[in-house]
Amino acid sequence: MTVLVFSGLIFAGALSAGLLGSLTGLGGGVVLIPLLTLLFKVDIHYAIGASLVSVIATSSGAAAAYVRDGISNIRLGMFLEVATTVGAVAGASLATHLSTAAIAIVFGTVLILSAILSFFKNQDNLVTGPGSRLAQWLKLASTYPTPEGKQDYTVKNVVGGFLMMNVAGVLSGMLGIGSGALKVLAMDNIMRAPFKVSTTTSNFMIGVTAAASAGIYLKKGYIDPGLSMPVMLGVLTGAFMGSRILTRAKVPQLKKIFAAVIGLLAIEMIYNGIHHTI
Amino acid sequence: MGAIRKKIQDKDLELIIGQLLRYGVLLSSLVVVTGGIVYLVRHGYQKPDFDTFRGEPDKMRKPVEMWKAIWHGEGRPLIALGLLLLILTPIARIVFSVFGYLLEKDYLYVSITLFVLAVILWNF
Repeated sequence: MTVLVFSGLIFAGALSAGLLGSLTGLGGGVVLIPLLTLLFKVDIHYAIGASLVSVIATSSGAAAAYVRDGISNIRLGMFLEVATTVGAVAGASLATHLSTAAIAIVFGTVLILSAILSFFKNQDNLVTGPGSRLAQWLKLASTYPTPEGKQDYTVKNVVGGFLMMNVAGVLSGMLGIGSGALKVLAMDNIMRAPFKVSTTTSNFMIGVTAAASAGIYLKKGYIDPGLSMPVMLGVLTGAFMGSRILTRAKVPQLKKIFAAVIGLLAIEMIYNGIHHTI
Repeated sequence: MGAIRKKIQDKDLELIIGQLLRYGVLLSSLVVVTGGIVYLVRHGYQKPDFDTFRGEPDKMRKPVEMWKAIWHGEGRPLIALGLLLLILTPIARIVFSVFGYLLEKDYLYVSITLFVLAVILWNF
């Protein structure tokens, strides 16, 4: 296989990952890393580096639209980025000390968790009233647009959400993924922010979180331009196509298939990790 | 009056941030595509070699060496420059937010944003 053919195949694979990731809301990184390591036999460090770069691209691309529409809660995002960036730096430093096999096992476990989490029912929360003192001090109350006009909301359990975000940051830095599922869990299930606000604010935060670990990845030489090029362009194209095909519609069937695929990939990664064949 | 003024500035800030992210991704993609074409023309018929981790040379990691190699007509350092621009996009967004909160005189969020910026830059 030549570099030309290899890059073409990687581009096609990354495009599918980006498309499925955006249609199901699970993100491209979760399927990209198993694809690169299991199918294309890429070393997991290079795979993580390329995935992180593509995560920044899709997050920034999508966030541009949400920020403009006024759905993202920028103060909430900024405050929680304190937790995710510190976590990401810790995670990325940890990754440089872990063996390939250990990273594969952790990755597989997180993959299974993300697949399960994607089936949790998203409550459409609405917390109104003055909110907790911490939420008031941090000015986390905001509004978001609905068909009936602007809806006021605030959030609860600021400390719990902050801690969960810290975990999300560690995993993002360690595995080169966006950990969108955990970020939404923190805002939606713990802080009780409206679902739409949680998902868009999470998207907005992913790029900043990833930028915090990118510095370490760059220094350690995880980001290979020859590999990252088709990966980034593929995921970005796929995510853009996904956002054009379906902006609002829910795709439960597709989500089930995707979660099953992710589950199988996860088991294969854990298996290979245990047998040191990755 | 104060509340109205704050709302307007929030909205403006959001618009600027949105545009910044959009153009950052667009610009970096263009640089990556250009570098990718050069790379494939120069190395397209070689064998890919990503199965063992070796790290990257300075010209793929450090801006000065990157720039020199780009002027030698190399493709991969140009891709690396595009990736660097991409990584800088969310960081630029943070810098913008610092000024935005300064304008709003929201010093709590000026501090929070500066802290996030420091964590990111400290590791570069």
